[in-house]
Amino acid sequence: MMGRSFFHPARLRRLTLYAVLVAAAVVMILPFLWITLAAFKTQIALLMGQTIFEPTLANFDEVLFSPASDYASNYVNSLFIASVSTIATLAIATLAAYSLVRLGWPRWAVRAILLWAVVFHMVPPITLAGAWFTMARTAGLDSSYAGLMLAHITLNLPLALWMMAIYVREVPLELEEAARLDGASTPTMLWHVIVPLIRPGLAATAILAFIFSWNEFTVSLNLSTKLTATVPVAIASFAQEYVIKHTDMAAAAVLSIVPAIVLLAFASRHIVKGLTSGAIK
Amino acid sequence: MNDAARNDRLWRWLTLAPALAILTVLTLLPVIELLAMSVHEIAWRDGQSHWRFIGAANYAALAGDQLFVAGVANTLVFAVAGVVAQMALGFFLALFTSHVVRGQGFYRLVFLLPILIPGIVIGAIWKLMYNPDFGIINQALGLVGLEPHDWLGEPSLALASVIAVDTWHWTPFCFLLLLAGLESLPRDVYEAVRVDGASAWQELIHVTLPMMLPTIAVTLVFRLIVAFKVFDEVYLLTGGGPGTSTEVISFSIYRRFFTEDRAGYGSALSLTVLFTLTAAIVLAVTAVQRRQMRP
Repeated sequence: MMGRSFFHPARLRRLTLYAVLVAAAVVMILPFLWITLAAFKTQIALLMGQTIFEPTLANFDEVLFSPASDYASNYVNSLFIASVSTIATLAIATLAAYSLVRLGWPRWAVRAILLWAVVFHMVPPITLAGAWFTMARTAGLDSSYAGLMLAHITLNLPLALWMMAIYVREVPLELEEAARLDGASTPTMLWHVIVPLIRPGLAATAILAFIFSWNEFTVSLNLSTKLTATVPVAIASFAQEYVIKHTDMAAAAVLSIVPAIVLLAFASRHIVKGLTSGAIK
Repeated sequence: MNDAARNDRLWRWLTLAPALAILTVLTLLPVIELLAMSVHEIAWRDGQSHWRFIGAANYAALAGDQLFVAGVANTLVFAVAGVVAQMALGFFLALFTSHVVRGQGFYRLVFLLPILIPGIVIGAIWKLMYNPDFGIINQALGLVGLEPHDWLGEPSLALASVIAVDTWHWTPFCFLLLLAGLESLPRDVYEAVRVDGASAWQELIHVTLPMMLPTIAVTLVFRLIVAFKVFDEVYLLTGGGPGTSTEVISFSIYRRFFTEDRAGYGSALSLTVLFTLTAAIVLAVTAVQRRQMRP
């Protein structure tokens, strides 16, 4: 064995390893840190590039409470649309997943529907946005929450369907057979046998559906009006004003990250499970 | 018994009906709607749409559409360059992390954040960081004595700058999937290889990479597909400019259909992209499935 010098190869390798990982973490965190600092700066402090500055809450105050800003109502819109569409997506996907996995559909039908869902999930949403816009206009839904919610349900349904199909498949068949022998009907079975067992799956799916709905921009941009605009649409409009208020945009961006941070703090394991469920069996 | 069978069939349909309704009305019907619109010239006058049948003229115009041609070229460059960078970085970070015991949880948390926040916010953050007057990027370059640049405003730099943002945004996704793949590999193989005295490099080439191939393939396909959808970041960072240097497919469709109000031509554009990508996706999905079925 060599002496335990500082430059021992194994130790050196370990140090490099940690150095790379720390550098990567810094690169990931720095933009968030910078935007958060910018949100607490005055416009002048930002433009002067001051690193030491007197923090102010004026930007948050202006974004949330100034009569010229709709951001507070955009925030409520986003919460409303994301919550309702998440609940609906979950219900529709769970029913369909149970039907496809356990109710004796022919194999080709199951494959066809799952493939249909996956293909739709993969094409750019903008390709259908034009048709949705025209259809919503015809149906009189073009300035309503319902149109946006339907769009978000549709966009999230494929992912939810796939995830729920994976979780329902994991429920032991014997449990279901036992319940059948006791004379359980299909709704009883779903509610009292399946749903309690797939709760972790429901949580993971709900979190992802909520986040994706909260983040969705492409379709919301084209289907929303001034009244129904969501948070991403509002942030985009900050960037397009004649005189860009950079610090307001920073404050709005920081506020928009809050739900993600809350979910990250309480449910990061569910999120990792959900994100990787499609890729690793 | 007969009643129960009929009951079963009823529930089978009832449980699937809502999903089928959504898929039919909101994914199949729109394609038919697009088809109908794409053979018309559609003008809006007094809140009324006026349709004039023009046959395949919208499709014939596609090849001569400079915006669309630039969009296709840029999207290909964006997707390939970005995804290759993200996969390589993600793989090595995952490999490094899997060797580390302490701090893995924290690391995972840090790397989850960019995946969870709106693309438009990523755009907003980087637009401020790239700002030529007060952005941190030019400030940092100034500290080490390098020239400042207008990262999003110079035609030769804009696309690379957007790809850099996308790489920052999506490397964590590759990292998480690949790390999960690495951790599901059987440990005994490694022990056997180590007993045989293989170097770390040999271990990577001959053991890790071959076993990781299915996960790598799936991650790659996922990423490529999302890369082809890119819209949010480009919308905020550059709006497709300067000129057409960061124009991407989704943005061309948006511009033609919504900004310029050319619903007929925009529909032809949408359908062309839709069908090309669907064909590619079906091919990719079947290829991946065939791979996974092999023992």
